[in-house]
Amino acid sequence: MTDLLLTGLLILIKLGMVLAVLLTMAAYLVLAERKILARMQRRYGPNRVGFGGMMQPLADLIKLLTKEDFLPAQADKWLFLLAPGLAAVTALLAFAVVPFGPPLELFGRQIPMVVCDLNVGILYFFGLSSLAVYGVALGGWASGSKYSLLGALRAMGQMLSYELAMGLSIIPVILMARSFSLTEIVEAQASLPFALTNPLAFGIFFIAALAESKRTPFDLPEAENELVAGFHTEYSGMRFGLFFVGEYINMVVLGAIVTSLFLGGWHGPLLPPIVWFFGKVLAVAFTFIWIRGTMPRLRYDQLMAFGWKALVPLALVNLLATGGILLWLGGAS
Amino acid sequence: MNLWRNIKGTFQPFWVTLRYLFKRPVTISYPEQKRTPPPRYRARMILTRDPEGEERCVACHLCSAACPVDCISMQAAERENGRRHAAWFRINFARCIYCGLCAEACPTLAIQMSPEYELSNRDPLKLVWEKEDLLVDHGGKDPDYNFYHHSGIGVVAPRGGNDDELPPVNIKTNLP
Ligand code: SF4
Ligand code: SF4
Repeated sequence: MTDLLLTGLLILIKLGMVLAVLLTMAAYLVLAERKILARMQRRYGPNRVGFGGMMQPLADLIKLLTKEDFLPAQADKWLFLLAPGLAAVTALLAFAVVPFGPPLELFGRQIPMVVCDLNVGILYFFGLSSLAVYGVALGGWASGSKYSLLGALRAMGQMLSYELAMGLSIIPVILMARSFSLTEIVEAQASLPFALTNPLAFGIFFIAALAESKRTPFDLPEAENELVAGFHTEYSGMRFGLFFVGEYINMVVLGAIVTSLFLGGWHGPLLPPIVWFFGKVLAVAFTFIWIRGTMPRLRYDQLMAFGWKALVPLALVNLLATGGILLWLGGAS
Repeated sequence: MNLWRNIKGTFQPFWVTLRYLFKRPVTISYPEQKRTPPPRYRARMILTRDPEGEERCVACHLCSAACPVDCISMQAAERENGRRHAAWFRINFARCIYCGLCAEACPTLAIQMSPEYELSNRDPLKLVWEKEDLLVDHGGKDPDYNFYHHSGIGVVAPRGGNDDELPPVNIKTNLP
């Protein structure tokens, strides 16, 4: 009984810690993105609130919270109110299966450094990432505005173009690790990260992850130039903030997933595992920002063509090749 | 080859942005660092005086007619000696677009653009400037110009007494 209680308590503590770290990271990622983008364009970026702009996320939060929560007359009320939550919650939930360190030995108990080590962690992540599109699609549809609707349509089309390639690019990883659990996949990369043993899968997954995060080369659903703000055109105040923060949480989560699947998770020499893990996540996030600072937005049909004509066949070939090699290696031993 | 060019064109920009990340920003952080605008910068207007220290403006309304947003208004008046001036002269800087057309229209060089650009204010009514606020005690960009020495019959100098003026002709001597 006490054992069960203790386990529950530990899970709660981990949940709280993960939530706090994730939200803070997302908030400061916004600041980091603004600053890095600014430096790439030879500007300073936000540097007024606090030392070097360090309090900017707080100021933004206060501003968003105190703004009017506007409901358009044509909107479908409940869906409109619900959609931003869906977008943020699915992003938050996806982090549950990400292991951020090796199991910890505390008071004679094994504490796994993951909120919940599902044995089908990857499927769970996939399910949630598909659900996240509903937040965008429903929000866009429920706004009752043509720009939002177009943004929502694009989000759906975008999901169709990248998701298959994303799934196919992970299968080689599962084959190599012989497990669906993210913890075991990380363990399987103790010597060499999969990004080195299977760079093609890494590349495909990275591009798909970029599309999933709806960021610059693939930010079609919110293309400012033609759609005002796409699916969240009609949103204001903290509901817009939820979409916004959801996007950045998603960035952290995708960074964590990329890290776990391909970059060897917490494995690394010298430094403590947690530092390696967060370092890698931040490196992936920086790459996302760097790509945003560099690439123009693709056109709608270009993404479709790229997804279906380049990524999916490549992923299939890669899957076959990996399977063949594994079979051959297994047969040889 | 086209594919090679495309691949190169995709990856080369990353190097550019990375290099720019470490360059010094070109931003001038305004309230701490102020840049000195060039002398011919078009910011708020001044009303200048002629070399004798008199107001140059003759209240001809040309500036307010030229102004595309109608932000200059004035009341004309005349002194005993026939010298015209503005009884009051008002510029609404909340409307002014700093186009400089008023300065171009002014025949007496009274109204001139100055490089003083720090005008912002929370209260728009404080941006309505009167003649006292606009008047300066120098000649601006052309300090030696004195309108009444070229025009205005017998106002500041007797007839024929101005720099490039011939004495009046005695028409009687022209009679046949
Ligand atoms: S600068 Fe242009 S807008 Fe301003 S007062 Fe002169 S004419 Fe009018
Ligand atoms: S400022 Fe110049 S244009 Fe305007 S009323 Fe005076 S003399 Fe005329």
